[in-house]
Amino acid sequence: MQPFRRFSAVAVPIDIPNCDTDQIIPARFLRRAKDDPAYARFLLHDLRYHTDDTETGFIFNQIPYADAQILVCDINWGCGSSREAAVNALMANHIRAVIAPTFGDIHYSNCIKNGLLPIRLSAANCNHIRIQLHESPGASITIDLEEQTVSGPDREGYTFDFDPMDKIRLLHGLDDINMTLEHQAEIEAFERNYRKKNRWIF
Amino acid sequence: MNTPRSHSKTLFEKIFDRHVIVTRESGDALLFIDRQLIHDLHYRAFEELQATGRTIRYPDQLFATPDHSVPTTAKKLTDIPQGEMRDTVAGLQGAAERIGFTHFDMTDPRHGIVHVIGPEQGITLPGLTLVCGDSHTSTHGALGCLSFGIGSTEVKHVLATQTLWQRKPRNMRITVDGTLGPGLSAKDIILAIIRHIGAAGGTGYAIEYAGSAIRQLSIEGRMTISNMTIEAGARFGIIAPDDKTLEYVYGRPHAPTGEKWEEAMAYWRTLPSDDTAVFAKEININAAAIEPTVTWGNSPQFCVGISDVIPDPASETDLATRANMESALTYMDLLPGTPINKIEIDRVFIGSCTNSRIEDLRQAAEVFKGRCVVVPTLVVPGSGLVKSEAEREGLDRIFIDAGAQWREPGCSMCVAINGDVLLPGQRCASTSNRNFQGRQGMGSRTHLVSPAMAAAAAVTGRFTDSRQLSR
Repeated sequence: MQPFRRFSAVAVPIDIPNCDTDQIIPARFLRRAKDDPAYARFLLHDLRYHTDDTETGFIFNQIPYADAQILVCDINWGCGSSREAAVNALMANHIRAVIAPTFGDIHYSNCIKNGLLPIRLSAANCNHIRIQLHESPGASITIDLEEQTVSGPDREGYTFDFDPMDKIRLLHGLDDINMTLEHQAEIEAFERNYRKKNRWIF
Repeated sequence: MNTPRSHSKTLFEKIFDRHVIVTRESGDALLFIDRQLIHDLHYRAFEELQATGRTIRYPDQLFATPDHSVPTTAKKLTDIPQGEMRDTVAGLQGAAERIGFTHFDMTDPRHGIVHVIGPEQGITLPGLTLVCGDSHTSTHGALGCLSFGIGSTEVKHVLATQTLWQRKPRNMRITVDGTLGPGLSAKDIILAIIRHIGAAGGTGYAIEYAGSAIRQLSIEGRMTISNMTIEAGARFGIIAPDDKTLEYVYGRPHAPTGEKWEEAMAYWRTLPSDDTAVFAKEININAAAIEPTVTWGNSPQFCVGISDVIPDPASETDLATRANMESALTYMDLLPGTPINKIEIDRVFIGSCTNSRIEDLRQAAEVFKGRCVVVPTLVVPGSGLVKSEAEREGLDRIFIDAGAQWREPGCSMCVAINGDVLLPGQRCASTSNRNFQGRQGMGSRTHLVSPAMAAAAAVTGRFTDSRQLSR
């Protein structure tokens, strides 16, 4: 996992409320390995491609957003299926952060586990930023995780809440299993006691 | 004397707290996970874990079955056409053989959808923590189990450590009181709940379902409720275990027996939320007001009663919701004001982890009896055991005589990656859980309904109040 640093990048506005993970990556791609060279195409596939594989006019395909690394979305982004492939598809397209008013709980957690930064800003602020991005296609946003700030296309600043533990995970690119194994002694002590008290489970 | 409020706990908190190994200052808790279920789409987890030199910590508490990628016409691995579908199913089987965990393969009579066979085999029990790399793991909450869907990184974390980091969510109680009308089912209740609280209404919460209408449901019906909790945004949908739960669990293959049963029962009896437990949010629903329900949009929150009409986005004051409704109506090719019972359908699917249990099939068969389908209809039982029970009761004959197809168990047309798929533009009455764009195939149009309503649509070719067809 790559440590997360302050960065600026082009942002794409995605105006779809309740954009479920089936839209982010259709189920028929779930058996593909995440290092499949075609993986980048799977992101928002059915919105981006016609049935004959030609591109639609969907915003993500438009030239000003070719180097985009940030999405600015609407409410309940990533609801539905738990598929982590949704995060893999975002990362295959070099997306490093998603800003939305609310996220599906499982998708949010999947983002954190992969070092993709999910940022919650109010619906009004997300809406405001998306309007600016539509007005200036290809405009950049700056994100500073350390300071927990977002600087919009017009340099207007926003702050966001972020879990301190998740922040450490992302800033240092930590692997969860390694972090857990630091508690090996506590885990083993718990197990001994738990197994004795709950013989009916084992 | 009442328990002081500060010490009283919800059902969810009781199970959660019992599994906490360590809590960090941030509030993150490292939870012990009792059991993990795994399906074919996660077969790569084993080689990925092996590549990092890690092993499976509790292979005895891991239970696997292929469900997403199994064609419903296939009875064994070699019936699956060569390619990624077969590779996926074979990949899981290979891992099970190599590592030595329980795997219900396609030829095993206990094979089926992971969320159907967990409870059926007594793998799902009250008071446990249970996870699966699938959002519908909320299903198992119906038995008073703290179950939740996780991503593939978390799947590997549990395989390697039998633990998971979690922050305790807030608790919401949804109380459904009153008597559900005849001919209605759990599916109508959960759709009514999602309509009421919205597709993100449960985000960040663990939901407990309570009230007389929930207690009156069978365990199968409760599973339908818990199953679709994720469609309201919550990962957990838990129901307090009662006598019905214990009766359901007793004698199942992986349920405790003898002295261990007594020990388990003593614990389970302590689980219901304390009278003084505090919920961050309380919702009340009147079961008597619920109608047979049909979704019309691309989020389960967009649903109405069968006697209703397609709502008009123009009457929606919130502009974002209005735009969302408009795009849904365009995708679904529907006009505002159209009566629901005038909408014609092309296909019917009865199955999925929401509605493929024996009770669901009985409700559908009741409508099919003596009638014929007028559109292609697929009936897919949730497990081999559901299938054989249905056949013992003669339900398969009713489906086949009506002209429906009676298939082998699996997820089938709920996720549509096993060959069962709608063509672009086709409209389907489906007992599954998601009406998202393209969910049942590119360009597919899904309307979520109960098994009785799906059967009524199958025999009339349009949405029809199933109560008009009951005898």
